[in-house]
Amino acid sequence: MRGVDLYDHPPYARNLADGGSNQTVCRYMASLKKFFFIKARDFVHAGEASIHIQNLLKSMHLDPALIRRIAICSYEGEMNAVIHGGDGILNVNIESNRLTLEIIDEGPGIQDIQLAMQPGYSTAPEEAREMGFGAGMGLPNMKKNADDILIESEPGKRTRACMTFFLGLTKEVQ
Amino acid sequence: MRVNEFVEFFNLKVIAGEQGLDREIRGGYCGDLLSDVMANAPVGCIWLTIQGHLNIVAVAVLREMAAIVITGGREPDEETVQKADQEHLPLLKWPHSAFDLAGRLYVLGVGAAPTP
Repeated sequence: MRGVDLYDHPPYARNLADGGSNQTVCRYMASLKKFFFIKARDFVHAGEASIHIQNLLKSMHLDPALIRRIAICSYEGEMNAVIHGGDGILNVNIESNRLTLEIIDEGPGIQDIQLAMQPGYSTAPEEAREMGFGAGMGLPNMKKNADDILIESEPGKRTRACMTFFLGLTKEVQ
Repeated sequence: MRVNEFVEFFNLKVIAGEQGLDREIRGGYCGDLLSDVMANAPVGCIWLTIQGHLNIVAVAVLREMAAIVITGGREPDEETVQKADQEHLPLLKWPHSAFDLAGRLYVLGVGAAPTP
């Protein structure tokens, strides 16, 4: 059975305008979708979506180590959109056996994804570096902590990072 | 050791988050690169940093830290103080270096707890 299409859902537009979030519970699919609007260069509210997701997962009594891995990934993804991405959206989709985090931003895109995945490589502006970001650890941290990661980018347009976590599976993070 | 015992012992200045002073310190971490702290700081640790901007609060909340100490006599931003108060996260101030305070913490038995 098909779940509620989030993009057709009326509250979506309203919440985007508020900079808030909305959640849709699809009873038939036993899944929970939640999304957050991420504003570019908004260092004041950066991290709030991740804290929200972490609290939600805690209330679902997921394994604490798994919650920490998800929190690292969502925070890094959120910060990438804040620092590099133009405005963006963070989608969380929780199903019975897996959780996916999807971060889509509106550019400028990644020129060379393989290079961007290398620890220490960063294109962050000076403003972000002064705050302790831009050490080239974001994407490597995401790769290390997610069970599966997919990054797609159209240079000049947008970037989509999708991370999957298998619930009930233990991953050893070095 | 609890945060309030630590505060009394070293006479640290509490800038914000007094509601969280009874938290237990379960290790320590020094770092000013937020991605490094986010990836490696132990849960329940006390974090020593020179960063004073708002984003340190989000990192500390996500890593479930006991407290943040801003070292080197630096001042946190006003928004940082407000946010830490909201999150009940103790924000402390130390006039000397992080190295200096980390050494003292080790003497008290607060070591670098293994990264979860």
